[in-house]
Order: sequence, then structure tokens, then C-alpha cells
Amino acid sequence: MKNNKVIQVEGLTKMFGDFTAVNAITFEVDKGEIFGFLGANGAGKTTAMKMLIGISNPTSGKANVAGFDVFTHPEDIKKNIGYMSQKFALYDDLTVKENITFFGGIYGLSRKRIKEKSTVLIEELGLEEVANTLVGALPLGWKQKLSFSVALLHDPKIVFLDEPTGGVDPITRRQFWEMIYKAAHQGTTVFVTTHYMDEAEYCDRVSIMVNGKIEALDTPKKLKAQFKVDNMNDVFLKLARG
Amino acid sequence: MGISVSNISKSYKKVNALQNISFEVKPNELFGLIGPDGAGKTTLFRVLTTLLFADEGVATVAGFDIVNDYKKIRNSVGYMPGKFSLYQDLTVEENLDFFATIFGTTIEENYDLIKDIYVQIEPFKARRAGKLSGGMKQKLALCCALIHKPKVLFLDEPTTGVDPVSRKEFWEMLKRLQQKDITILVSTPYMDEAALCDRIALIQDGKILEIDTPEAIVKHYPKQIYNVRANNMYQLITSLNTYEYNHSVYPFGEFVHYTDSRTDFNPEELKAYLESKNLSHIEIEKTKATIEDTFMELAK
Repeated sequence: MKNNKVIQVEGLTKMFGDFTAVNAITFEVDKGEIFGFLGANGAGKTTAMKMLIGISNPTSGKANVAGFDVFTHPEDIKKNIGYMSQKFALYDDLTVKENITFFGGIYGLSRKRIKEKSTVLIEELGLEEVANTLVGALPLGWKQKLSFSVALLHDPKIVFLDEPTGGVDPITRRQFWEMIYKAAHQGTTVFVTTHYMDEAEYCDRVSIMVNGKIEALDTPKKLKAQFKVDNMNDVFLKLARG
Repeated sequence: MGISVSNISKSYKKVNALQNISFEVKPNELFGLIGPDGAGKTTLFRVLTTLLFADEGVATVAGFDIVNDYKKIRNSVGYMPGKFSLYQDLTVEENLDFFATIFGTTIEENYDLIKDIYVQIEPFKARRAGKLSGGMKQKLALCCALIHKPKVLFLDEPTTGVDPVSRKEFWEMLKRLQQKDITILVSTPYMDEAALCDRIALIQDGKILEIDTPEAIVKHYPKQIYNVRANNMYQLITSLNTYEYNHSVYPFGEFVHYTDSRTDFNPEELKAYLESKNLSHIEIEKTKATIEDTFMELAK
């Protein structure tokens, strides 16, 4: 059980010319942890995440994600992570089944495996009736649950979620969090980037970036105690406003 | 003179976007329309700003009928749509000047009204609108919606996609505008923003679930809510979901909000049940209902 860390980051830095977008960030994330990665617009969240998922080369520092070095093995990282964003998730012009088949293929699953996964997934989500319906015609909440499941198709070690539940009705939102808890319970690490602080309240631990640096990192409970406030929104405001 | 809506309905083919919507917004009130994506908020805004005909019902905005007096309404309301709708290729100043000219006024004439907001983006007035950050776009859009000194301001999800600092500043701006004789109808999917409004309507699937002050809506919650936590969140949720006496079980940040179907609920009993499910570090405490709890109870 020694190496239970699925993300290890040390002094990770990204510069664009003279501008330091990410300034020597250091943190670790455990297997099965729900980790919130927060920051204001322009704080460096997106740049940091791009480095972690292997699509942007760091300027300096170290990072190991899902067992692979971001400098030397970015392609292996991509195969071992899932990604879901509210902006881009599924193809509206493909049916539920076609989307699953398509993404299964992208992730390199065999046809047999895709078929098995597809049946299980559709049943679990209760989508039997709409399996051959275009995704574009489904309610937003269903789409989101489906796209989360699709991001997990290839059993990734880590799934990255970008503002996963913004705008969704409160009940569906909670069903979605139940799915996240379930994935985490089964050992998948969940890395959530968001600037909605109520999403942050659900995370095991939360980091907050301000001007390229991680200025706070702890459980929501301890952060609230540290800043003597009763919600994450106020923690954020105190940090970001100084 | 605020807004009066009576039995408005609107359908698109199969979807009933608005079903019999009625409410009143008093003059100078800050009224919030709270509901998720797809609830019908934008359709309602488009009907009230005369961009869309309702199938049924009547409404007045600033005292004018939305069908017969549509030109007067267009002159007396400001509308900030959910999607950024300014000219991306014009600069900040050009956009503002454009909207002032369209309404037959000048930036100078109503500068007082936008001054607080405009000074924050003035350093970038020569920048093209498309190159602004999210928070700055939002401020510019608000200035453009205000430049003709509207009586009623419609803001459709002004804070969606904006970080907490800018959101807070935005709501502070709205509070100040209210003092300047402007009625504001604002929509948001974020339940935590509801508390900042004078009164709110909770809306889902084209229907209004409840209208009242945020304080009263929370008070009307029919049950005692308990914050429950334990060592394993997933097992806690699953166990509560299978508990025969549960009324509602909703994850709520680091807790689960639990209500019981019995009138003589004893938390110790629930604790014993959870322990029998191999959970530990169990805490069960009374907590107060939030707008979101009320919304879920009404939408159940």
C-alpha cells in the first residue's frame, strides 16, 4: 500500500514568456479521493490541469499522474484517465448506444468489451427506452450522467471533471454526486475543477489557486474552521480578496 | 409599474415551456427567478421583453401591455441575455456608444447610472469586447443594458460561468441599482443566490413551485432536516436510501441531508441502524432547511 498516490506534483511551473501562469505548485492526490481544484478565472487552473492530463509541457518541476511522468510519458497518461466537461461531453447527433460505442473505440476497448459495457451501463442508468435515441434529445441531467459513465468506460485510474454539475436541477445533481461517490468508493480518483463553491463542499479535499499558486489545501471542514466561516464560498472570497 | 404576469403559457411543439405562469414584481423590487436549465426562465424573459409571443395569458411590464405596447416596452426595459450578445469586434467604448445611440441617448446623459460599474472596465475601454475576461464582459453587458436608463431590468443568468469574487461584486451592483428606481427581474440556477433577492419564484419544468421571500420559503419547509455524516459517504448514502423510514436523502456537501417519515423520529435509532451497516464516526445533528432543500421537496 506504499504508493497510494495517483497524482504527485512537485514544484510544477508553467511560464508563457515572462508570465508565470502556474507557479511551483506542489500537492498529492490519493487513490479513491475526490479532490477539488479551485481558483478564480485566470488563476491558472486550466493551465495546471492541461499539464496534468498530458496536453501541455511544464516549464519545470515534477509531476506523476496515474503512474506516469508528464514529461516523458504523456501518451500513457491519456490512456489512463477519463475526462468530462459540461461544455463538451457527448455527440448530440449520435444515439446513446452510438456514443458509447464511439468512445469505447477511442479508448481502445475490444468490440466484445464495448458490447458488454454498453449493456451494463444502459441498464444501470435506466436508459433502455432511449438507447437508440439521439443524445441531443435527452434532458441535460441524463446527458450528464451518461457522459460521466462514458468517461469511466475504460476503467481509468483518475477521472477529471470540469464543472460537472453547474445548471443542473438539484435532485439530478445529487444523483450525479452519488455516482461520483460510487466511483470513488470503487477506487477511481475524482479530480474536480470548478468555481462553484457548493460543488467544492462535496470534495474530500480542496485546493485553491490564486495567481498561479496553491494558497490553501485541506478538507472543506478544516478550511472553513481555519478561515472562521461557514461555507466554502466565504473561504474563497477571503483568499481571493486577501 | 413593475411587472405583472397573468396565466402565461408557451409551448414549442411537444415541450410546454411555460404553463400558466402568474406573478407580480413590485416597483423597485429585486425579484429572482430560481430554477435549473430548461425550467423555462429564458422563454419567460423573451416573452416579457416582447421578443416572443405567448400562446396564452397577459402581462404588463412597466405598465405597458406586452403585445399592444411592445414598442414602449422596448424603450423602457434593459435586457441582458444569458449568452454574451455584444459586438465582439467593437471595443468596450464603441459597444456602449452604440447602445446609447440606438436608444437616442448619450453615454454622458446617463453616466451617473453606470458610473460605479463602468469605472471598473474603463481602463480597458479601447479593448475589443471579444477579448475581455468573463467578469468584464458581464460588467460591460450590464452597462449596455442600463445606458438608456430603463425602468425595468431583465437579467438572464448574469452570473453563470463567473467566479465567486465577480459574482459577489455583481450582486452588490444590483443592490445599488435597486436604490436608483429600477425594478429588477434576475434569473439564476444557483440556489445560494436566491437569498440575495427580495422575493423569489422557484421554477421547474415551466411551472412555478412557490413564490415568497427567501426567508419565508425556507420557513415553510415541512420537516426537520438532519445533517448526517459517517466515515464512508457512499455507504452512508446507500444505507440511508434503503432505510425504511426515510422521507428524503440528499447529499449536501460534507453531509447528507436526511428527513424521516415518522413524527416521533429518534436519531439514536438511526445511529444504531447505520452502525449495523458497519458505518462508524456517525454524527446526526439538526440543521436548518435551505432554499435548495425546499426546491427539492417541492419538485419531488
